[in-house]
Amino acid sequence: MNVADKKRLLREMLFARRFEERCYEAYVERKIGGFLHLYPGEEACAHGVLEAARPGHDYVITGYRDHIHAIKCGADPKKVMAELYGRETGSSRGRGGSMHIFDVEHRFMGGYALVGGPFPLAAGMAKAIKMKGGDEIAICFLGDAANNQGTFHESLNMAKLWNLPVLYVCENNLYGIGTRIDRSTAVIDQYKRVSGYDIPSAQEDGQDIEKVFKAAKKAVNHVRSGKGPYFLELMTYRYRGHSMSDSNAYRSKNEERMWSDRDPIILLRDRLIEAGELTKADYKAMDTEILDEIEDEIIAFAESSPEPRVDEVEKYTLAENDPWVYGGGR
Amino acid sequence: MAELMYWEAIRRAHDEEMANDPLVICMGEDIGVAGGTYKATQGLYEKYGPERVMDTPISENGYTGLGIGASFLGVRPIIELMSVNFAWLALDQLFNSAAKVRYMSGGQLTAPVVVRSPGGTAHQLGAQHSARMEKVFMGIAGLRVVTPSNPKQAYGLLKSAVRCNDPVFINEHELMYNMKGEVPDAEFFHPLEGSEVAREGRDVTLFGYNISVHWCLQAAAVLSKQFGIEAEVVDLYALSPLDRAGIARSVRNTHRAVIVEEAEAPVGVGSEVMAIINEECFFELDAAPLRVSALNIPIPYNHGLEKAAIPNANDVVAAVRKMFGK
Repeated sequence: MNVADKKRLLREMLFARRFEERCYEAYVERKIGGFLHLYPGEEACAHGVLEAARPGHDYVITGYRDHIHAIKCGADPKKVMAELYGRETGSSRGRGGSMHIFDVEHRFMGGYALVGGPFPLAAGMAKAIKMKGGDEIAICFLGDAANNQGTFHESLNMAKLWNLPVLYVCENNLYGIGTRIDRSTAVIDQYKRVSGYDIPSAQEDGQDIEKVFKAAKKAVNHVRSGKGPYFLELMTYRYRGHSMSDSNAYRSKNEERMWSDRDPIILLRDRLIEAGELTKADYKAMDTEILDEIEDEIIAFAESSPEPRVDEVEKYTLAENDPWVYGGGR
Repeated sequence: MAELMYWEAIRRAHDEEMANDPLVICMGEDIGVAGGTYKATQGLYEKYGPERVMDTPISENGYTGLGIGASFLGVRPIIELMSVNFAWLALDQLFNSAAKVRYMSGGQLTAPVVVRSPGGTAHQLGAQHSARMEKVFMGIAGLRVVTPSNPKQAYGLLKSAVRCNDPVFINEHELMYNMKGEVPDAEFFHPLEGSEVAREGRDVTLFGYNISVHWCLQAAAVLSKQFGIEAEVVDLYALSPLDRAGIARSVRNTHRAVIVEEAEAPVGVGSEVMAIINEECFFELDAAPLRVSALNIPIPYNHGLEKAAIPNANDVVAAVRKMFGK
């Protein structure tokens, strides 16, 4: 990873942080409804892994904490924000919301809101890739708590059995909603849980994007070379509650401080400053530029976008005018 | 026109669709090397190989989800759930992923997956192998539900379901795989919507689907011969969406309706058809519609108790006689 890449990734992560913080504000202002699961603290995971893969080419799927993964795949942040605003210009035309960001053009295959649901979907995409003979891989991002669903085990078994090109990335943020991992899960180290399926795995510091990138490169290469599935566990932390309805009262200030001291953005920023590649003024200017872009372009786009037409509320339930519904004759 | 068994008709549809499109695959428990519990995929493993005829582990939700994920990228999986009772385990993927993905992606993504599964009571299979689940599937937006009552429909509905861009659930029946019937030699595609008049009549409409169509036809013969009542039998091969126009058309003709279902009455095909009749043609009715349904109990093992729990043609005759006061 060269200096230009590191600076770009710093900007991308800072953008992700500011984007999510602005979502929080819009939610408080009641411009965004429903559930909202934010990503601050975990930025190095999505950015480090996808930097090592081919965003827009590889198929990516995740849970409901999905805004940043979509954007890193190439989704237009304006459309993501418009989706949160429920507008027709949103990435899912206002039908999906925060938990269901999709950008199929950039092969971001969706955010899904049933914990563990994407595990088999990712394996299925990998099966399709294999059948069609492409060099893409499927990448599935989920949290540690999803690994207690049956789909985790069912999917790992099938992925190994059929040698499918799928990378499972576990963003281990230590909490399943408000329950700490040691209170819900018999084995804390998630990468150990896949050994029963003979799938290679690794655990890495999810706060240091350079480490994430290196571990992900190895994982991606393994999967892309046809050697079958891989499981990468990234140790990370979310700064906010699970969603906006979460009071976040179950974690100690001390624990939160411990993790914010290892903030992925600050880590990379300080490393660049120490190396003489970046000044504090550069960083401040970058931040200002991002904040202006979010306000002037992204929020402005979402706010000025039209609502979906109510007379189109039933659209997209079923395929329109599919001839096979009528026996192919019409 | 050849006479085929129901399973042979399904097998033929698989074979033709797999030959037509290399992205059509089939998957399920025991469907490959073992040839399928009901022989619906017999010989396909030898012909198309393990990549396209996939023997799955016993992980219903997992492999249903895997098929759905593959369908996102253009693969057309035909998934066999060995028994509809096992479908309960796959409902998360079927309902939350397949049925909703088109809508929640704003039309960007679709899951053109076919799930076939036999339901119904067979011979003393007990409470956990005798479910009739069509009522569950037909209540889910974004999912098409069809249910063939004969080999011709079994063939043509599967053919269309594979090509349709929506997820389709095909509700088969454990007792019907060896039923024989005429299937045209030439390839054809059965509509996934609508209904079919299986017998014309002017006095009362008997609405059935899948196995209950046959009870209705048996009852209609008895009613005609012994009571001079000419029953029309309407085959509701499409359960979602139901054929509102077809239901109303028949009731406008006969002015009386009896709905016959193998499932328990609550929240079922009968209650839904009655609601449609109320909404579409209530003032055409000469009598209050009736339902002939199963008892609302888990299906018992004992042969006599099992028979008592499930309706038959005699129950249909009795319901119509009650309606006519004969």
